[in-house]
Amino acid sequence: MQPGGAVQSQSQPARAGTGPAAVFPGGVPLGSMQGYDPGPFFCEMMRQGEPPHPTLSLLISRLAALPIASLRQRAADAERDLLERGITFTVYSDATAIDRILPFDLIPRVLTPAEWHHIETGVIQRVKALNMFLHDIYHGRKILADKVVPAELVLKNGGYCDAMVGFDVPYKTYVHICGTDIVRDETGEFRVLEDNARTPSGVAYVVENRHMSLRVMSDLMTGLTVRGVDEYGLRLHNAMSDIAPPSVLDPQVVVLSPGIFNSAYFEHVFLAREMGVPLVEGRDLVVEDGKVWMRTTAGLAAVHTIYRRIGDDFLDPDAFRPDSMLGVRGLIEAWRRGSVAIANAVGTGVADDKAIYAYMPRIIRYYLSEEPILKNVDTRICAEPDALAYTLDHLHELVVKPVAESGGYGLLIGPHASKAQLEEFRARLKADPSNYISQPTLQLSVSPTLTDDGVRPRHVDLRPFAITGKSTWVLPGGLTRVALRQGTLVVNSSQGGGSKDTWVLA
Amino acid sequence: MGAGVTDMSDVIEGTRPQNVHLIARHAEATLWLARYMERIENLARILDVTNTFARDADDTRNWLSIPRINGDLEAFYKKHSAATQRTVGEFYLLDAGNPTSVQGCIEAAKENARTLRALISTEMWLQINVFHGRIRALDSAMVTPEHFTAVCAMLKDGAQSHTGITEGTFYRDQAWHFYMIGRYLERADQTTRLLDTRFHALVPHHEAADADIDAGAWNALLRAAAGYHAYRREHPSGYEPRQVACFLLSNTAFPRSAGLNLAQAEWHLTQLRSRYGLRRVGTALERLEELNAGLSYENVARMVGGKLSPFLDAVQREIGALHGDIVATFAD
Repeated sequence: MQPGGAVQSQSQPARAGTGPAAVFPGGVPLGSMQGYDPGPFFCEMMRQGEPPHPTLSLLISRLAALPIASLRQRAADAERDLLERGITFTVYSDATAIDRILPFDLIPRVLTPAEWHHIETGVIQRVKALNMFLHDIYHGRKILADKVVPAELVLKNGGYCDAMVGFDVPYKTYVHICGTDIVRDETGEFRVLEDNARTPSGVAYVVENRHMSLRVMSDLMTGLTVRGVDEYGLRLHNAMSDIAPPSVLDPQVVVLSPGIFNSAYFEHVFLAREMGVPLVEGRDLVVEDGKVWMRTTAGLAAVHTIYRRIGDDFLDPDAFRPDSMLGVRGLIEAWRRGSVAIANAVGTGVADDKAIYAYMPRIIRYYLSEEPILKNVDTRICAEPDALAYTLDHLHELVVKPVAESGGYGLLIGPHASKAQLEEFRARLKADPSNYISQPTLQLSVSPTLTDDGVRPRHVDLRPFAITGKSTWVLPGGLTRVALRQGTLVVNSSQGGGSKDTWVLA
Repeated sequence: MGAGVTDMSDVIEGTRPQNVHLIARHAEATLWLARYMERIENLARILDVTNTFARDADDTRNWLSIPRINGDLEAFYKKHSAATQRTVGEFYLLDAGNPTSVQGCIEAAKENARTLRALISTEMWLQINVFHGRIRALDSAMVTPEHFTAVCAMLKDGAQSHTGITEGTFYRDQAWHFYMIGRYLERADQTTRLLDTRFHALVPHHEAADADIDAGAWNALLRAAAGYHAYRREHPSGYEPRQVACFLLSNTAFPRSAGLNLAQAEWHLTQLRSRYGLRRVGTALERLEELNAGLSYENVARMVGGKLSPFLDAVQREIGALHGDIVATFAD
């Protein structure tokens, strides 16, 4: 050992890159990228029509240099790894439960600093507007009085919760965790597809995908500065502490899960671990003396913030569904007394309803006097006669969605529908027009994805996650979902989509 | 000490481990996780040894000792008419409908591990998940004589990997103490059951007959308990029922002796009381102290005169009651 100086650990010198970016004649990449052609779609990697980005060019050349056999080997390793780690979601069909992995595509989706700034500020703006909207509709209802949003759309909405009227939540934050689904059209413009303001899932995959990238594609990232995603648990715990009853110095946070058979149980585990707090079920909690307690080995211990991954209806059999076995009797009453915080707040479902979504640009302008930073997809509200007429006339070219469902079931994708399907849907739409909205089919952006035919373009979307306690923080990147089948537009994970690691360049 | 720090308590503020709460349901799942994983190893041991070393005149008697050990005779005869390598192998290696099979054990272990996934180490979970897959993949070809030993080796290997990973990665707070108690209770219980097969029903209950048990049976018994070589070192001259019983029940150096395991369980219970303030473990501790006193050399030696089998039954019942006492400490 040398006296007088710290002994430095040995480490590999950082490499700035593997040399100059390869130049692809005519924009056609070589190697494993051979035959890759995004066609009319905006490609997240090639960025047609934009000046070449040095990091992306480097990435493309590194990718192209990898033999396709190597990519396949790595993909197989990743798949085995996911299965062995039990990073799975459970699919229930009939009486059987199957643990399935969310397929991981190992080619990352990349966002530039400017793009991320645009998304981040746009998401923060949107979350702010959502929270102001929720506060308003449960208090003064000014936006309804001013007829910016039709009152019946809000007050008769299934997600509207009468128990919330007049109830104050800390920092007027209702949506503590928000997942904003964003797509990119053929011009590269980001557009919000929907807001998820209840219990958005998927954040565990953001972090696990990064770890997987580092395991199987570390050579791709060498020397690049990609923004980290490991802060999520810490940020979430901070926000959960923010909203705890103010008299509590060191709040006890818990994650409330429906249990090990829930399809998103892996994520509940992830959240509890990352925050370092107990993962509880309804049966572990009890309300006594107007306070919430958890049953521990040493008796009852106070609980101050509950990050619940159980729907409103199941939270408390006293307040909502009396047959719920998942919730905690008396929880809502304890919450109303201010002895415990619940995230997300009850009654946020009205804000992420597809019918309200159509009004989001107007809601943002109304509360913030700002133009929306992130655009909506052009949306027609079939409850309005003109919109219904237009939708019926253009059914074959539109996507029509029911407003009170999620998961991608029961929607019509006009261009892909048969004549019979169109007619059947037309009848359904006419019978209950207020239950539907319509949107033009978007030419979703694509990202290079490993397929049986080699690296091919596949459609992607993006779900950034925003955490709000006192203020809002957005996890850099988010969940990129990819439609693995050629031409498929649906990227929903319950319908055969996969996911990618999302890199935000620093 | 740096300037401005007036009191050492400023420096250590927040640096010592905190007394983190443990959900009662998780404590119970931890006990069971440890028990099921330990049970798999014991099952693999007895199957392996029976297959390898107990091929003497009475094959049926040897194979039948396994359902007997586990109190499964009735369930076994409902499905099979005779105890052979194939039927006992099927019953304990393949039969998912039998809760005492390795299939039943790994299923239960995985469900408990899943419940505890936020608490146990990632590596523990990963290994259990992979081990579960391997056990589920066993089929009838694997219980044939040519594969039987390899299957038992795979099971022992998986269970021991679990034990090693747990030793190296499981954070040693409350949950770990419950885990260790589960492991020790199960191991103590399994050893008494193993010993019981050689003293119960095989021979009439008088001392002369006990001594008649041939060397081959003692040999197999000690091998099943992973104690053969250690026993030889302690007693090079031969087998003596008293010595074998004391070795398996009272020895404090043999890792699978009932006495050692229950003494270790006692230490963990004491820790739960003193470090985590679980005052209600008092009942369990009292029972355990009494149990440990009963497993002294003197007492065990006295029992080996025909009274050993009822004594072992009593020990097993007490271990079961002990588990109940511990769970009762955090029940409402």
